[in-house]
Amino acid sequence: MISQFFILSSKGDLLIYKDFRGDSGGRDVAELFYRKLTGLPDESPVVMHHDDRHFIHIRHSGLYLVATTSENISPFSLLELLSRLATLLGDYCGSLGEATISRNVALVYELLDEVLDYGYVQTTSTEVLRNFIQTEAVVSKPFSLFDLSSVGLFGAETQQSKVAPSSAASRPVLSSRSDQSQKNEVFLDVVERLSVLIASNGSLLKVDVQGEIRLKSFLPSGSEMRIGLTEEFCVGKSELRGYGPGIRVDEVSFHSSVYLDEFESHRILRLQPPQGELTVMRYQLSDDLPSPLPFRLFPSVQWDRGSGRLQVYLKLRCDLPPKSQALNVRLHLPLPRGVVSLSQELSSPEQKAELGEGALRWDLPRVQGGSQLSGLFQMDVPGLPGPPGQGPSASAPLGLGPASLSFELPRHTCSGLQVRFLRLAFRPCGNANPHKWVRHLSHSDAYVIRI
Amino acid sequence: MPYLGSEDVVKELKKALCNPHIQADRLRYRSVIQRVIRMSKLDQWGQAEVLNFLLRYQPRSEEELFDILNLLDSFLKSSSPGVVMGATKLFLILAKKFPHVQTDVLMQVKGPLLAACSSESRELCFAALCHVRQILHSLPGHFSSHYKKFFCSYSEPHYIKLQKVEVLCELVNDENVQQVLEELRGYCTDVSADFAQAAILAIGGIARTYTDQCMQILTELLGLRQEHITTVVVQTFRDLAWLCPQCTEAVCQALPGCEENIQDSEGKQALIWLLGVHGKRIPNAPYVLEDFIENVKSETFPAVKMELLTAVLRLFFSRPAECQDMLGRLLHYCIEEEKDMAVRDRGLFYYRLLLAGISEAKQILCSPKSDPSLRLLEDQAERPVNSWALDFNTLVPVYGKARWATLSKCQGVEHHGPELPNTAAFPTSGPLIPEENKERVQELPDSGALMLIPNHQLTAECFEKTWLSLKVAHQQVFPWQGAVHPDTLQMALQVVNIQTIAMSRAGTQPWKAYLSAQDDTGCLFLTELLLEPANLQMQISVKQSEARTETLKSFISVLETVIGTIGDIKS
Repeated sequence: MISQFFILSSKGDLLIYKDFRGDSGGRDVAELFYRKLTGLPDESPVVMHHDDRHFIHIRHSGLYLVATTSENISPFSLLELLSRLATLLGDYCGSLGEATISRNVALVYELLDEVLDYGYVQTTSTEVLRNFIQTEAVVSKPFSLFDLSSVGLFGAETQQSKVAPSSAASRPVLSSRSDQSQKNEVFLDVVERLSVLIASNGSLLKVDVQGEIRLKSFLPSGSEMRIGLTEEFCVGKSELRGYGPGIRVDEVSFHSSVYLDEFESHRILRLQPPQGELTVMRYQLSDDLPSPLPFRLFPSVQWDRGSGRLQVYLKLRCDLPPKSQALNVRLHLPLPRGVVSLSQELSSPEQKAELGEGALRWDLPRVQGGSQLSGLFQMDVPGLPGPPGQGPSASAPLGLGPASLSFELPRHTCSGLQVRFLRLAFRPCGNANPHKWVRHLSHSDAYVIRI
Repeated sequence: MPYLGSEDVVKELKKALCNPHIQADRLRYRSVIQRVIRMSKLDQWGQAEVLNFLLRYQPRSEEELFDILNLLDSFLKSSSPGVVMGATKLFLILAKKFPHVQTDVLMQVKGPLLAACSSESRELCFAALCHVRQILHSLPGHFSSHYKKFFCSYSEPHYIKLQKVEVLCELVNDENVQQVLEELRGYCTDVSADFAQAAILAIGGIARTYTDQCMQILTELLGLRQEHITTVVVQTFRDLAWLCPQCTEAVCQALPGCEENIQDSEGKQALIWLLGVHGKRIPNAPYVLEDFIENVKSETFPAVKMELLTAVLRLFFSRPAECQDMLGRLLHYCIEEEKDMAVRDRGLFYYRLLLAGISEAKQILCSPKSDPSLRLLEDQAERPVNSWALDFNTLVPVYGKARWATLSKCQGVEHHGPELPNTAAFPTSGPLIPEENKERVQELPDSGALMLIPNHQLTAECFEKTWLSLKVAHQQVFPWQGAVHPDTLQMALQVVNIQTIAMSRAGTQPWKAYLSAQDDTGCLFLTELLLEPANLQMQISVKQSEARTETLKSFISVLETVIGTIGDIKS
């Protein structure tokens, strides 16, 4: 199957190289790949071909994980393998990054040895691998509960305002056995990605929510846990539960190790997770959000073609419930070519706007639900082509692109799905009660508003 | 090796799936297959491998087929995309005689594919989009209701956006055409020129069925006077004017004014072609062409000049008074001053054509064209699922069929005959060995008589490759006098079914010829004839693809007879 596997940093340095079959090239193939990759005009296609070999790669955390093969194999399997390897390496080394990989080279090679044999996948289950991996992970600094550095929890990166073991992400899951008596914790994240497309007349063209329930467990494997979801949670358009509209998703899929016997009746998922990360459930919802969209933008554009003056007034309205807020809101508005200067008036001092790379970036660190924020931006754009006409016009000049918003909504799910409880089976030889952290989070995937 | 379970199961599996003798024992084979399918506790990699193995199995009866499909049904709902796609491919191949089962399976896989298309992993997204396109070739309406999922988002990488635009172009139907066109219209003004051009071409593709709306959009785009947009729009117009005669009117109305905005070769060619063919309906056509003629000296692209010649000539036939003068000037320039030979040749050709008579020339250049709509129907014929079922879930859709064909040619993959023992413990999805090849592998008794098959054709590359890989089986020297007459020799060899791959011209020194022949058992005979200068001998070297002395001797004798006869005739 796979002939070689290597990991490159974003600058092309070879961090890890492993040849499984010895039938193609040597280490220089990695350099070849990097040159080909950077030689392409735009971002690279996933599969490239050179000299009888296919190169397939993924980008993860700034690293390139590349596999070569000379056979015509399934791209889905191979991409899945590369993603799984990325997760596995992250689990073992704490996080996936250039620094952690360079520190843990021996561990990585040992892992690769166990996972792949002569290019065929043996197993990627952390359970089975635990018995074979002897090397310890090297962490940059010892774990401390009082470390409030802003390394985000796995998955989305956020600023947590409450005290939380936020450096849990950088702690390797499967560390030495002596550590087992320490923190027994389990983190459950309900993460939703919101994709929205709004047309220039304000109508909603597309809304899509992709949600995942992710579990990161430091508990010893085999401990059973039950996750209870909202009871009125319906799947598909025709199902009805409880009274009222309920919480609906279009499609759901579960990890293969989840027992669904109580799902039908009480919406409870039962599983015995291994240590490490696991995606328990995935769901999708399109076109029918129960709550209003979090942001609406009301732009108005004044463009004086003669003097080349462009004035853009943006009013951003947040439609979240008053108690919620959105964090790290950033609006990115591409501007026409040749924008010379920018003057701005923003409605609140903590906002910032600047011009960079042909686009306007407006940063709002915190937006309270129900509030309205506005910004007036004036620019000089000499010599801009566009539809013929004299005098000022209200139509947008060419190149004033769609505005895209990126934001995080802590403690909020767009679909309304909530985790009611997370119960662990009673452990007779119990240590201190394991800590359970449940978090709901939505963030924008591609929130685009056309001007 | 993949972890498939206990040792003995794996052993059985290996034996059954790779050994042709076991394959022949269908009962044992079947029981192994059943055990394999019922294996539980396989992780997703094991499942994917099992599905891959099963591709080589051909169920004996319809019952057995549906039995297997029922057992494997749960794999279609797995959470691992590799397993789902592997299962889909297996179903599509096993059920190749049951198109309704195939359609059913493709319905079931719609959900997982769409989920993969919106996955966080861009690479998975890309692979899924390529497969969606593959499916759309056979079932164009399959994803029409989910067109919104294929709208491009601003932050997506370029390669994904291009795929999505192609998909949008192919899933258009009456219900979604309005929204899809609006969306594509938005993309046409994108900052990235490549993407905008791809969107415009997609609109052009849709225009073949929904002409009016698309023409409106394209005409509006011309109004923006952007160079990269205008050139692609004009190229689209050219294609449409050819394929959809009904929009010629709209095209002709939209054209005036474009010439100011086009600078690149492709755009100019398209514009000039349109002016030439439909110049009658465009009032200022001669003046635009005249502009081009004025600047022809500074024109860098020969293709544009060639197009210009043809177009002006065509326009001359429909508007002679206006064009006569400039045609003369253009021809004069092309014949007297032009350095590019192709352009000059065409200018000369047209000039002589005109000398032969204006009406004759008109008949040649402006005769009725073939009906373009016929070709259009052929292009759009839906390909049956079976034509691409084998390529599903492999790298072929990801590269695209055209690129894959180039890649396989470069690799020079030629598997002559099956190599049974080497097809490995863990074969990839190669096709099941057909019955005919199996027979060839067995040793046939050597027959004394040699039967060379007629109409044997061997390509030059194949000959070279085989020649270099074999050792000389026989070498001998034949008395010869004087030079060789290649034609006579070639004909004589043809009579005895020996093909001439290459032969030097008469009189070259040294004189060489390469011949090939194949007998009815498939054994190849490759021969080199060498005549050294000042030598009274011709050297014959024969290489045989299978070592059989009897047949070799027969072949040598045949060759000797022919060469001897030619030598005798000559002398």
